[in-house]
Parts: sequence; C-alpha cells; structure tokens
Amino acid sequence: MLSRTADHLFWMSRYTERAENTARLLDVNYQTSLLPQSTADVQTGWRGLLSISELKPAYAAKYGESITAQDVMDFMVRDEKNPSSIVSCLRNARENARAVRGTLTTEVWETQNQTYLEVIRMLRHGDFERDPGKFFEWVKFRSHLSRGVTAGTMLQDEAFHFLRLGTFLERADNTARLVDVKFHAIQSDFPSVAGEEEQEHDFYHWSAILRSVSAFEVYRKVYRDVIKPERVAELLILRPDMPRSLLGCLNEVIMNLSMVTSDPQSETQRRAGKLRSDLQYARIDEILSAGLHAFLMQFLDRVNELGAHISREFLVPVTR
Amino acid sequence: MSRPMFDEMNASTESVRKHYQGYQRWLAQQPADVMQARRAEAEMIFRRVGITFAVYGDKDEDGSGAERLIPFDLIPRIIPAHEWASMEKGLVQRVTALNRFIHDVYHEQEIIKAGIIPSEQIFQNAQFRPEMIGVKVPGNIYSHISGIDIVRAPNAQGEGEYYVLEDNLRVPSGVSYMLEDRKMMMRLFPELFSQNRVAPVEHYPDLLLETLRAMAPPATAEPTVVVLTPGMHNSAYFEHAFLAQQMGVELVEGLDLFVKDNFVYMRTTRGPRRVDVIYRRVDDDFLDPLAFRPNSTLGCAGLLNVYRSGNVAICNAIGTGVADDKSIYPYVPKMIEFYLGEKPILKNVPTYMCRNPDDLKYTLANLKDLVVKEVHGAGGYGMLVGPASTKAEIEDFRAALLANPSGYIAQPTLSLSTCPTYVESGIAPRHIDLRPFVLSGKDVQMVPGGLTRVALKDGSLVVNSSQGGGTKDTWILESDSAPSIPSATQSQSQSQSIAVGV
Repeated sequence: MLSRTADHLFWMSRYTERAENTARLLDVNYQTSLLPQSTADVQTGWRGLLSISELKPAYAAKYGESITAQDVMDFMVRDEKNPSSIVSCLRNARENARAVRGTLTTEVWETQNQTYLEVIRMLRHGDFERDPGKFFEWVKFRSHLSRGVTAGTMLQDEAFHFLRLGTFLERADNTARLVDVKFHAIQSDFPSVAGEEEQEHDFYHWSAILRSVSAFEVYRKVYRDVIKPERVAELLILRPDMPRSLLGCLNEVIMNLSMVTSDPQSETQRRAGKLRSDLQYARIDEILSAGLHAFLMQFLDRVNELGAHISREFLVPVTR
Repeated sequence: MSRPMFDEMNASTESVRKHYQGYQRWLAQQPADVMQARRAEAEMIFRRVGITFAVYGDKDEDGSGAERLIPFDLIPRIIPAHEWASMEKGLVQRVTALNRFIHDVYHEQEIIKAGIIPSEQIFQNAQFRPEMIGVKVPGNIYSHISGIDIVRAPNAQGEGEYYVLEDNLRVPSGVSYMLEDRKMMMRLFPELFSQNRVAPVEHYPDLLLETLRAMAPPATAEPTVVVLTPGMHNSAYFEHAFLAQQMGVELVEGLDLFVKDNFVYMRTTRGPRRVDVIYRRVDDDFLDPLAFRPNSTLGCAGLLNVYRSGNVAICNAIGTGVADDKSIYPYVPKMIEFYLGEKPILKNVPTYMCRNPDDLKYTLANLKDLVVKEVHGAGGYGMLVGPASTKAEIEDFRAALLANPSGYIAQPTLSLSTCPTYVESGIAPRHIDLRPFVLSGKDVQMVPGGLTRVALKDGSLVVNSSQGGGTKDTWILESDSAPSIPSATQSQSQSQSIAVGV
C-alpha cells in the first residue's frame, strides 16, 4: 500500500475517534455541570477539560480569562479555527477519506461524507444549542457507525489495519486524558477519605466518568460493588477486556501493527510491546501510590512517541 | 433567424420517434410530484456519494471547499441500435487513423511528405513533443483512451446527422459520470430497465484495465498499473479516484513516485514497488520536471527517460495532443483515407482555417453566423458563438483574429439536436452532445454509448460542466424493434398477482 494512502487512512480514523472522544469529554462535563454545585467548581471542571485537551492558550487567545460552559463548548464543538473541535475533526476525517476514497469501500466513504455534510447542517440549524446531549450522542453514534461499516465491509488487508491502528492509538491517548482530567478534579488526596456528603458527590463524579466511556454497566458487571475510585481507575487502565481501557487499546495497536510490518527488528513494535507489558504487569495500587497523574502523563508521552515512530516507519518513509 | 431544429424524442409536436415511444408512454404516466421527488433523491444521493467536481477558485455553499454537483437529468438520451452500430464503426475507424497519425508524426512523417498536412501545422504546434521523435511505444498506440465529442444537427432534409465536433486524446474526462448516471437511473427507475433492452456499460473499468495491462513492458508477468492524479483539488479528482477504485489499482500522486536505475517505483508501506503502467491524468507539461516544466511537483523526475527506455508505459502517451488540436481536426477525414484507404464514416463539421487567407476573409465577413474557436482552447473558454454575441464581443474577436489568424478556426453554428430535459419550468428541449470513450489496446473497443452532456440554459449551445452543463444517461437500445411497455393497468395487475403469489 502507498505510504501516503496509509497515512490518510491512519488519520481518517484518528480524527473520527477524536471527534467521538471530544464529544464524550464534553458530554460528561456538561452532565456534571447540571448537578448542584458552586460556580467555582463548575469552572474548575471546564478549565481542567481545556487543560487536558491542551487548548488553554488557544481558548484564552479567543475568550480571555473568563471560562463559561457556553464558550468552552462552542470552542470545542463548532470553532473551525480550533483544529481539534468536533467540526474540524469531522472535516479532517472526511478530507483524509476523500484523498483515499478509492481505497475505502463505498459504504465507508459515504459514511464519512454524510457525517460531515450533516454536522454542518446541524450546526447551522442550531441543533447543538437546542440539545447538546443529543448532539453529543449523535457524534458518538456516527463514530460507532464509521467503525462498524469499516469492520463490516472492508477487506481485512493493510488498509483495514492502518485504520484500526489510528483508532486505537487515538483512543489510548483520549482515555488517558479523560481519566487524568477527572481524577485531577478531585483535589483531595487519593484515595479519598470523605464524609457522607462528599461520598455522595463522589458517586456522581465517578459514575459520570464511567458513563463517559460507556462503562457504568460494565463496572457493575465486573465488580458487583459500589463505585470506588481505585476500581474505576483499574477498569479504565488495566482491564484488557474493557474496549476503551489503556491496555485494551494497546493490545489492539500491537495486533494491527504486527499485521502491517514484516520487519522483525521494528523499533515501533518494540516500543509498543514494552508499553503494553508495562500495563499488563502493573497493579493499580502501585500506580496510585506512585501518583496517577504522573503515570498518565508518562503514558501520554509514550503514546505520542509511538505515533511518531509509526509515521516514520510506515507513513512517510524515505526512499530506500 | 430561425434555424431548423432536431429533437431526439419528438419528430413533431404530434409524433414521437419510434425508439422513444416506449419511454414516452411511460413518462406520460408519471405524476409530476413523483418525478420531482426522484430528482431531489438523485441530488441527495449524488451529494452523499460525493460525485462532485472541483472548480478552481470557487467556494461551495459551505463557504469552504469548492465542490459542485453536476446536474443530472432524469430523461435519458436514447439512440437506436442501427445508429450506434454505424457510429461505433466510425469511431473505431477514426481513432485507429488518429493513432496511426501520431505514430507517423513521431516517426516517418509520411503524411507530411505526401503533402497532405503542412509541416508547420505539426511542428509549430505547442503540443508537439520533439522528445517523442523515434520513441517506440507499445503497440504503436498513443491515445489509449479517446473521448470523441459527437453532435447531431439537422441536414437540409431536416434529418438528424451526426458530426464529430472534437477529438480529445490527452486526458478526456467524464466516463465516471457515464457510469454513475447509469447506476442512478437503475436505482431510481428499475422498471425502465426491465421494459427496455438497454445495452450495459458497467464493464467499462474492466475494458480499461485490460487496455492498460496490454501496454505493460514485455516480460512483466503481473503488471502493476496505477492511476496518476494531480490530487484532490483537480476538477476531475472524483473520476480519478473512481477509476482507480473500480479497477482495483493504486491512485498515486507525483510525490508517491520516484525513479531509480531507470525504473519507476512507488513508495509503499513495505518499501519501493515497481510501476509498469501509468494511466496518467496529468498533462504532458507537468509529467516530468526534468523534461518539461521544472517547477512541477505533479509528476515524477526522470519519468520521460524511463518511458523512452520502454521500462514503463504511459497512457495516454506523451505528445498525443498534437493530434487533438483544433487546427489538425479538419485533416482527420484525409488521415482516414491516407492511412486506412477508407472513406470516413463519421463526418467532420465544415471548418474554416483562419490561417488560410480565403478562410480568414470568409470568417471575418460572417462572424455573426459562425462559431470561432481558439485552436488551443478547451472547456468552452476562448470561443465566440456569433449568433449569441454582442456587437462589442464580435469586434473584440475580430481584433484577436486579425492579430493572430492561425490561432483560430471557424465553423458554422450548428443547431445541436435537443432532448427533452427537466428544467425549472417543467420539461423543455435542451441542446445535447455525446462523448463516447474509445479504448485502444490490443483491440479498439468501447462500451455502447457515452456521456451525454446537456446545456441547461435555454438556447445555450455550451454543454461543458465548467459552464454549468448537466448530464443524462445514454441508452443504446439493443434492438431496433419498439419495446413493449405494459400499460398502467396491466402492470398493476401484475404486481397484484405477485403479491398474491407471496
């Protein structure tokens, strides 16, 4: 497969996944902001979201110091100048798809194209402002559809594996950010020693995180227990059977990598394998006692490096 | 001035031509709102499928890209079997002669020695490529994909007669619309295809792939074919991607290719891979910065050298433009006689070559009745349609003509045939043309029909998509006998009996 084609495929699925995860992040923040709490707490929530998405400077350049739910959502949903807004991601996904539409099945291309045409229509008609929750739900389902139509119609060749690679690399990054922003928001020490009132607040907080990655029901099924932060962390970081967990994503990355490389010495594979085994043999209490934030920051760095290695090895190779 | 008209469907206000009778009966039974709904559905599907073309410097309604839909008309253009049979023979003959001509230009130049075409017509042509002199190309074929524009106009007896308007031998576009229009018609009106014997066109990509593979350098067991596109901002990008996908070959851009050890390779995720056949949709000028425009990034440095060594096939060949120039067009009938010893089957439009003093004189005296075209113009630009032009426009052209007579040809304003077409006000006649796509590989072959383009503006003769033209499905009927169409009540009782059967 052409390197350029692989590059477009990789980024097409990354942008689709990023749009979905941005919708998830915004949705959980939007839902929690509806709970009774102080204005300061609400602001902290939105500020944390901007910071973990690395959008603080860009936001400040446009809106200054004031942080309101409306501005943050506008910036992250419909601002075409913000390259990671939902509308920008969907446009980039579609432009990447268009560049390689011959490699995609008709169904995959039409899904990407229609998603973009519809998001433009919805934003223009005020659908987002009328019901943000419904809009986020729609973004998530278009992403589900994109993955489903890929799995359901594409030949499982290199093109397919590069698409999957993009999806899971992006998802690993996004889950790590989401876990970080939410655990960070609890500014108390970890694990929390909380009074009754705080426990109630915690319940809503943790269940919101779980819901943001569609894991609330999974949690109950796996642990059959009340919601405890360390278990939430374990589920989202270390459970291999949890589709959005860090380990789950890394397993997929490795599997798809092995399908596109023929080089046993591949540095990309070595790094991916090392990162995976660090998760595979980790224990949640060790991670927590060493500091969750530091762990996640390091994880993000390593995922980022992995992406750079994939680019170098497959997507823009020098003439050999 | 009123010119005689030729309508493809209606022989007169009372009578419908035989090959349209079945369709017309069906059309008369369709409620207006149903047809309106089908139109909207077609547009929605074309947009979702992304069957668009890009217009340089334009913005679409989102204010972002520059994509436009080419309007699709629901009423097909129908051609009876016997007319197509003769057109097909004429096309094979014409394209064969043109390929012989291009070979001759770059080798023995016998047609010049025989005094049939003046040598300056060829050597002063901007599309003539001295780099191709003496180069051996596979099968001596230059134009592998030719788009021949055919129009119909009434003769003195009021009968429609076909004329070749233009030979497109470089990178002719539009075949994807031919295929998509058929797909759309079958999706919207499946019943029409069970009632009419319409010759299929869907195997075109197969024929194209066969044609391209046949050009591969010898000793290549499994040739690697690619489609070379200038990229997604090119107006025909949809078509490039579509053809690559339909043939199952890579769609490459210049930067994906490189030359090493006198072979062409593409950069893949598993390292370099050799390329044997390039179906290029990039003009000569941009193909190889070492040979042509040095600043072009659309091609591949060193490609010409590889080509000249026979290590890669380029389709269409470099330098085919020498034969599709408007100043060469008037000589095609003579070419057919010279190379094939046959009488031309397809007619040329009578053409005045303004380089000849007599022709220039006639042209200048009759500007308001003529169509004057720039020899190198394309896409409906750089032309004067005398009867539709203002005095000032005519005077501007007169000045341009006098300044550079050999840059222009003139033709009588043909009254192109019309075909009923859906427009804002309902069904109305609009001018059409036809572009069949002729493939030259081991054999010269084509699918029945081509792309029918339609001028959507009342009275306009310009059908180019860049000028707001639309397209229609083109039906070649497999037999001349009028198809039997069940009447409305019959088809109703049929569907009832099916329902009972279930």
